Amino acid sequence: MRGIMDNTDLLNLIDITVSFEGFLALNKLNLNLKKGELRAVIGPNGAGKTTFLDVITGKVKPTKGEVIFKGKSLVGRKEHKIARLGVGRKFQSPRIFENLTVKENLEISVTTPKSPLNLINKSIKDEQINEIERLMKIVNLAQKVDSKAGSLSHGQKQWLEIAMLVGQKPDLMLVDEPVAGLTDEETDLTADLLKSLSGENTVVVIDHDMEFIRRLDSNVSVLNQGTVLCEGTMETIQKDQKVIDVYLGRPED
Amino acid sequence: MSFSKIKFDKKIVLSFWIILIALIIAAPTLLPVFRLNLLGRYLSLSIVALGVDLIWGYTGLLSLGQGIFFALGGYCAAMYLQITSSSEFPNNIPEFFALYGVEKLPFFWEPFRSPIFTFFAIWIIPALVAGLIGFLVFRNRIKGVYFSILTQASLLVFFNFFNGQQKLINGTNGLKTDVTQLFGQMVGSESMQRIFFWITAILVIAAWFFAKWVVKGRFGNILIGIRDDEPRVRFTGYNPVIFKTIIFSIAGGLAGISGALYTVQSGIVSPQFMTVPFSIEMVIWVAVGGRGTLLGAILGAVFINYAKSLVSEALPASWMFIQGGLFILVVTALPEGVLGWIQGDGPRNLLQRFGLKRKIETYPSLEVNNNEGNNG
Repeated sequence: MRGIMDNTDLLNLIDITVSFEGFLALNKLNLNLKKGELRAVIGPNGAGKTTFLDVITGKVKPTKGEVIFKGKSLVGRKEHKIARLGVGRKFQSPRIFENLTVKENLEISVTTPKSPLNLINKSIKDEQINEIERLMKIVNLAQKVDSKAGSLSHGQKQWLEIAMLVGQKPDLMLVDEPVAGLTDEETDLTADLLKSLSGENTVVVIDHDMEFIRRLDSNVSVLNQGTVLCEGTMETIQKDQKVIDVYLGRPED
Repeated sequence: MSFSKIKFDKKIVLSFWIILIALIIAAPTLLPVFRLNLLGRYLSLSIVALGVDLIWGYTGLLSLGQGIFFALGGYCAAMYLQITSSSEFPNNIPEFFALYGVEKLPFFWEPFRSPIFTFFAIWIIPALVAGLIGFLVFRNRIKGVYFSILTQASLLVFFNFFNGQQKLINGTNGLKTDVTQLFGQMVGSESMQRIFFWITAILVIAAWFFAKWVVKGRFGNILIGIRDDEPRVRFTGYNPVIFKTIIFSIAGGLAGISGALYTVQSGIVSPQFMTVPFSIEMVIWVAVGGRGTLLGAILGAVFINYAKSLVSEALPASWMFIQGGLFILVVTALPEGVLGWIQGDGPRNLLQRFGLKRKIETYPSLEVNNNEGNNG
């Protein structure tokens, strides 16, 4: 653990503890992310992966500890304020607005400023329309512009939500199980997409799918019982005895 | 399919306009005074229904307390009419004050001497009260059934307050407007009632366009987003509290206008406007007409109320059963309401059932076929 914050760090979680009536969902969790980094987070069920995202996005207030994002503390800020600071989140099951069209979903994500006055008064800016078109091409939804998002297939919904996340132009993207329920082909495409997003953006991916994590080819943090068990490349963590014991099991080969 | 659907919608809208304009023009000559007055009242109720549709149909806020704002608008109008028509009464204040020995006009009546103040008060006061109640409730993230209960509780608070204040606003008796004067004419007179009918008809159309403008585009999409998945809206960087407060306030303002128009046409405003069943009825009009359609709210309010008066004349006491049955029918068979059913797949499904139209391939069956293809 690095005691001093590096100024290339985008996010620092310092000794985060979350207690739900005595149950420690997170227990002194420390995690640092560099700008432009792609980081995978894995861990068994109940390890605190989703709570970890809840703390960053402001849904859950940590009992103890500090979240520093771009040099500012996020603890106690409202969800929408944190989102405006540049934290975007994709949920576990696709959460898109099913009664709106693909285009309307993306409009909601790319619109700035997100004030009622701007929305009711002004029409959408040209650059935002261009951005929507670009996003629809990236996720192969250009044919579905005016379809209700609820009529999309599961994979398309996942992709629409990723496109909405990108459209928000967040500095930090938190992606929770993006490939759940996707075909192998879609999974590979998603991995490539996320890899291409890192560099410019900082991306945290939470998943169970080891093949997918391997394809991301990134640093991996293993969570267990609310704390970071081990960090490193896929090769390192696969050899780590603690990780093998709690999560991976013995490699078959 | 979507193309023919759009054309179908356009036909409905067009025929609606023709019928509506014809009705408005012809109504005063075609209808007896009594019926014209009823139509005017029901049209004014459709404005409060539009507000209910904005907050419930679009934003998912089921308010059972719209009667508060409706009555506030009515009281604003009635106070102005009473105070400007009180020159012959003792102390130059409305007649009822003498019954309770009040000699000095309560302070909050004073501004209502001004027609301009009243003109704005009718919609701004209810909008402000709604905005305040809404903000406090929404800020504390009270939603769903708790929101409904809270609005109903607020309604009862207002009802009891207005009911008990004889010395301020004539308590349970309410304020009568039909014998008051406006621009030198009696408000209850036939010619004035005709004018109120025109004003109401125009304001219903204006309110409808206003509501359409509000829900059009991204603002309306955020409202729908809040209805369907509020946390998601929040994580996208929008503050739902502000959006909900604005729309609740708009609905309050519309309710105020509605209440004022209803008051001058029914001749009285009283705490009866703030009873629980009346506010629930407002929700029923929208549910039957079609949530999230705006037009359905107007049609629901007018037709249900007209049916109510016709049924009550023919078979007194049976209306409550019919209304209850109608609500159950809509909830179980037409959850989208009548207009929602027409605009959706309703008519096609009905034709299919009678074998008049081919069944379309539905999504699940297509998916099953696809999966088989992939596996094989």
